[in-house]
Amino acid sequence: MDRQNPFHCQEEKAWCPGCGNHGLLEGIKEALDQLEKDPHEVVVCSGIGQAAKLPHYINANGFNGLHGRSIPPALGIKVANPDLTVIIHSGDGDSYGEGGNHLIHNIRRNPDITHFVHDNQIYGLTKGQASPTTRQGHVTGIQTEGVQLEPFNPIALAISLDCSFVARTFMGDKEHMVKIMKEAIQHKGYALVDIFQPCVVFNKINTFKWYKENTYKLDDDYDPTDKIAAFQKSQEYDDGIPIGVIYKKEKPSFLEGIEYLKDQPSLVKRDLNPDNAKSFMEGFF
Amino acid sequence: MDYNLLIGGSAGQGIDTLGTLLEKVLQRCSYSIFSNKDYMSRIRGGHNFIQIRFSTKPVYCHKSTLDFLVAFDEITVKEHQDRLTEDGIIFADEDLRERIGEAHRKVIYLPVKKGAKEVGNPKVFTTVFLGALIRIYDLDLKIGKKVLGKYFKDEILEVNHKAILQGYEINMDHFSIAKPEEQEQKILINANQGIALGAMAAGVSFYSAYPMTPSTSIMNFLASNQREAKIVVEQAEDEIAAINMAIGASYAGIRSMTGTSGGGFSLMTEALGLAGITETPLVVANVQRPGPATGFPTRTEQSDLSFILTASHGEIPRMITVIRNAEEAFYKTAKAFNLAEKYQVLVIILNDQYLADANQTINPYNFDKVAIERNLDNGEGYDVGEYKRYQFTEDGISPRIVPGMVKGQTVLSDSDEHDENGNITESAEVRVKMVEKRMSKLSMLEKEVEEPWYMGSEEPETLLVGWGSTYGVLKEAVETLNHEGVSVGALSFGDLYPLPRKAFNEKRKYAKKTINVEQNYTGQLAKLIRQETGISFDESILKFDGRQIDLEEVIARVKEVI
Ligand SMILES: Cc1ncc(C[n+]2csc(CCOP(=O)(O)OP(=O)(O)O)c2C)c(N)n1
Ligand SMILES: [Mg+2]
Repeated sequence: MDRQNPFHCQEEKAWCPGCGNHGLLEGIKEALDQLEKDPHEVVVCSGIGQAAKLPHYINANGFNGLHGRSIPPALGIKVANPDLTVIIHSGDGDSYGEGGNHLIHNIRRNPDITHFVHDNQIYGLTKGQASPTTRQGHVTGIQTEGVQLEPFNPIALAISLDCSFVARTFMGDKEHMVKIMKEAIQHKGYALVDIFQPCVVFNKINTFKWYKENTYKLDDDYDPTDKIAAFQKSQEYDDGIPIGVIYKKEKPSFLEGIEYLKDQPSLVKRDLNPDNAKSFMEGFF
Repeated sequence: MDYNLLIGGSAGQGIDTLGTLLEKVLQRCSYSIFSNKDYMSRIRGGHNFIQIRFSTKPVYCHKSTLDFLVAFDEITVKEHQDRLTEDGIIFADEDLRERIGEAHRKVIYLPVKKGAKEVGNPKVFTTVFLGALIRIYDLDLKIGKKVLGKYFKDEILEVNHKAILQGYEINMDHFSIAKPEEQEQKILINANQGIALGAMAAGVSFYSAYPMTPSTSIMNFLASNQREAKIVVEQAEDEIAAINMAIGASYAGIRSMTGTSGGGFSLMTEALGLAGITETPLVVANVQRPGPATGFPTRTEQSDLSFILTASHGEIPRMITVIRNAEEAFYKTAKAFNLAEKYQVLVIILNDQYLADANQTINPYNFDKVAIERNLDNGEGYDVGEYKRYQFTEDGISPRIVPGMVKGQTVLSDSDEHDENGNITESAEVRVKMVEKRMSKLSMLEKEVEEPWYMGSEEPETLLVGWGSTYGVLKEAVETLNHEGVSVGALSFGDLYPLPRKAFNEKRKYAKKTINVEQNYTGQLAKLIRQETGISFDESILKFDGRQIDLEEVIARVKEVI
């Protein structure tokens, strides 16, 4: 099947055997193929981490930037060329730790970007330190007494800021993941998708089996536009973690909100001419 | 003839309004102007002042000797009266008579507050003051009224028209000040506005920044025109976001830019390296203020050069240039975009608070002189999937196509060391070739940089060397000293890195003494020149009190050391 998928790429992967990233990669390639995108129409942005290597393993445009800084370049790319499908693949440390400020403010900004967070609840690349989503008590080489900090709840944070699309899925349920990925990409606005993914080497607690046993799918009659219900769902963890589209809020995306850009060619398609700026000198006479 | 006027008061009192209006009137009456601001970092209170030097001949810097003082409070008189010439004059509102008391110079009290009350709006006392000054200097009232029309509308304009008349009709003598010859209309502009306008002429489509004095006026100017120009100015959540957004936009094929001051620039440093290793064209403006940390937020210094020469870990090619006046701000910024795209490099434009807030009358910018050279590859002639973003080529520059514009080709950029495709590599061989490819841009830039400007004696016994905002003061100081028979010349550097050396090597041969003139403690240009040429300076004139060195001070300090 991959042979026909235009997003397939030969590059050798630097991920461990059994790592959740492999399934996630297969999922995104399948989602993009099913959406009938062409590789040149898609840009995959990332920061730094194991997850963030994904742009190298998919045949699409890619911008693999700095640790924690996956969103700002993606925003710049989208502003330049709204015709591009801009998606982010990065880790939980990258997205929620180092890049936390960008997460908060881009939820507020609401660019039409899809952000897939590979949430293995650990720092993989740097060998097993706690990430913001590592649970309390989890012992690591640094957190020798167990993690003391309250875990970061990305779903609750996003809902509280009225994020336009908030979802969670598990890479072990490919059908579910691909469905959510497609919905998130098609959503107009900033879509945050937290994807559970085991780290077979550095997280011996949240294993493939653990996620399988500790997640459940939201009912078909669950209403993702109900903010209070969504917030309640975001609090569930110990007795099972809901996966699915948890919250949705229709609102104009960042560029749609800029009135004067309506009906204008995208910035990248404009002809530049110095004379166009001449009138802006008038005020100085 | 050359006049120097100071308007002083506390923040929020209206000195800015009066300064703006008076400068505009003088400009339209064909005077040459150089005005600068000395503001405290506060919205209300404190002591602020504007110095407006206006002349029948071109002026290039501020001076300390004053002819007129417009005092909005008694502190202004106390602080500045001793800088007035013997027959200098102080203008103040009648209300201040008691508080000013005995002054060292003649004071003319004007009923401006009373006049404002009479026209029914105490706020317009600045316009009454303007009317009075127009009368005193025998300027054209019609021009004054027209200027008001530029800033006010409707009922507000009406009150201001009444106010200017009120001031104009105050019964008093006027002075004979020299009248300039009518000349072709000039523009009155500061260097930050010049940078912003230059960026617009070059086709900047996206400017992302985080507010920081004294860089904010670049963002303000672009934002105030964004609707009409249909460009995007975005206030980022922090400077790290600002520069990374600009890099993303540039990768995606548009001209983008970011600007900040020292503190924000410090936060941007990691991303400077990102632009370098991804070979993404990028223009960054750093408008310097005194550091470290928060330093003097509203004051001036030239102390970021040493830092910026190597800012960001690892090694990247970069071009660094500094603005010397509002005129070159425009052309230099436009050119920066071309160089950034031609070599796919980082170009850093330095400016400082002094020039950011100094209004100068200059010739209108010539937009015909701006060329837009993008150096993009249209993507034709590649087999499907053949394009490589970091292809090794003969001339050392990889073809750059715009992602999304060419079916069958994708563009991969990477902050890790990468191969020609942009994929992560650990190969020693590829690493060496990639570093050489990037760093070889420095020798290409060496051919692009421009020699410093030289002024003064052909074969100077004393050679002054400065950079950026000291250009104007060095020019006038050298003129004065040459006039007095002193053999002296000055080099003013604009392009700083790669360092152009020809002019310096040539002029220093004549000089018995070389002196670097800089607004910092360590002599950062002297250090750079020593690093690149092995040559040390004999003397230094350094100033780091947050205030720009003025004409009298340069002359005096040069005389001290020669
Ligand atoms: C500025 C900076 N700080 C720290 C690092 C080191 N670093 C790289 S990835 C990473 C954490 C990765 O964790 P996560 O984002 O969860 O990715 P994972 O490897 O788990 O997929 C860290 C700390 C870096 N590259 N840059
Ligand atoms: Mg992780």
